[in-house]
Amino acid sequence: MTITEKILARASGKQKLSPGDVMFAKVDKVMLHDVSGPGVIKVFSEWEKKKGLKLKQIWDPDRVWVAEDHFVPSADRISAENISNLSNFTKQYGITKHFKYGLGQYGICHTLSHEEALVLPGEVYVGGDSHTNTTGAIGAFAAGLGHTDIAYVLMNGQIWFKVPETMLFKIDGIKPDHIMAKDIILKIIGDIGTDGANYKAMQFAGSIMKHLPMEERLTLTNMTTEAGAKNGIIEPDETTYAYLRERTHTKYSPMHGDPDAHYTEVFTYEIEKLEPTVAKPFSPGNISAARDLQGTELNKAYIGSCTGAKLEDLRAAAEILKDRKVKIRTQVLPAAQSIYMKALNEGLINVFMQAGAVVGPPTCGACCGAHMGVLGKDEVCISTTNRNFPGRMGHVESKTYLASPIVVAASAVTGRITDPRDVRN
Amino acid sequence: MSNKSNGNSIRGKVHKYDIDNIDTDVIIPGPYLKIHDHKELAKHAMEGIDPSFPEKVSQGDFLVAGNNFGCGSSREHAPIALSQTGIKAILAQSFARIFYRNAVDGGYLLPLEINESTVKKISDGDELEIDIAKNEITNITNNDHYLMKPFPELIAKIVEAGGLINYKPDY
Repeated sequence: MTITEKILARASGKQKLSPGDVMFAKVDKVMLHDVSGPGVIKVFSEWEKKKGLKLKQIWDPDRVWVAEDHFVPSADRISAENISNLSNFTKQYGITKHFKYGLGQYGICHTLSHEEALVLPGEVYVGGDSHTNTTGAIGAFAAGLGHTDIAYVLMNGQIWFKVPETMLFKIDGIKPDHIMAKDIILKIIGDIGTDGANYKAMQFAGSIMKHLPMEERLTLTNMTTEAGAKNGIIEPDETTYAYLRERTHTKYSPMHGDPDAHYTEVFTYEIEKLEPTVAKPFSPGNISAARDLQGTELNKAYIGSCTGAKLEDLRAAAEILKDRKVKIRTQVLPAAQSIYMKALNEGLINVFMQAGAVVGPPTCGACCGAHMGVLGKDEVCISTTNRNFPGRMGHVESKTYLASPIVVAASAVTGRITDPRDVRN
Repeated sequence: MSNKSNGNSIRGKVHKYDIDNIDTDVIIPGPYLKIHDHKELAKHAMEGIDPSFPEKVSQGDFLVAGNNFGCGSSREHAPIALSQTGIKAILAQSFARIFYRNAVDGGYLLPLEINESTVKKISDGDELEIDIAKNEITNITNNDHYLMKPFPELIAKIVEAGGLINYKPDY
């Protein structure tokens, strides 16, 4: 069995599972945020109305955490109301892991998941957000669900799954300086298409893993969602254990695939052959080499989101922006308070501000067109985020190009889509 | 209203968007995610593709589309907004996984898988009658018949229960 099959087998009390099997699995961790949380509250109140009962307790408040990320700091009155409803909800059910903005650590749910080591190798983790896949980089089964499913998990501690087939992506070689994990995953989505992994697991392996930091691995699993995958996963290794040692003392039981595990498809990439890659509007699968788009004029550069505003992303962008000035409006929104603090202590925030960029608070912000720099009609943006569907970051006639933090930083400097090699020289 | 329900059959008019990858950002754009009033969400259903959509739909109508319907985010707002306009079922070649399970587990609407040639044979404005138990579709407008892919066993049970919250599994 693959790592995904083995985790699901353990969680459903089965000796053996095969792709296509449908079963209920016990959940180890669950997350909701300011968009899925109010939906959960509504499901609960409708259940209470229908049954004429009060839902006095949930399955296990210690296995639940709540993030405030999409519309925070509260973008308007409705957002503020959602946040106060969430606060009442967590208080009512005794959920103590509620990361509130303006009260210490908070940030984008998927970033908190790894920064705070909320999910551990071998666990089954579900979240009320499609990019829950991100956390699979830690060696967990991590999948996104809607708010009814999350409400069900909060009541019952389990949820149904169809065991996915696993596609294996082996990436070999030594990563050149101009390539980031974002280029790898954009290339893969370009190759297999935005429904190329529908209902499947995408597992990443290969010799690059020896040197690929945890935060870069998280970029790979994060965008498996854009290929339609149920989950993205990487088998835990010394990098995983070292990353977790810095963050938690909790014991865990990691899982690895069997040597004879069956993968429905195996893809092999040589990283030296990859180019800095950009996804053009209006699909994450619509890729080109950055150099083939170098005349494309831009209005904005956006460095943010769970995909592209982790500490490694900010370090990479700062390396390009140091002692340079941005030519177009540029925003940097670190993905969590802790990452913002680390960036501040390393001098990165100073680099961004000296370059002319505006640095904002952690939030999903304009990545999902919510607030904090959304795009107007005909505006063209290059962004470290994960989606570029029509209207994703604002007006339906705006355009978003997706790229790595170094491509975005290099493009911010020139005002046109730029390969980082062409500004470094 | 064109909708008539007879046992396991549902009847309604087709609204066809012959495209692949209709994503959740066009079904219900990001700024509306803070809204949790279902009727309010319906006013913005399919806004990124056809802002007049909510006015066109009558109770019990069907939406017909291509591959990978509902790709993108996990927002349950997407099936909620569509169902609140009156859409009873979506007939598509394939669905993105979270949209599919949200539609079923929330008990909002039926995601029905049909093949490519069936998508081609159905036109915008056609009147269809769908027999869920028999997996049969009758095109009343041109007197044609098609088959749809049956629901997997668990999905059929959840549909019958009216959603996951009402479903009693035997773990």
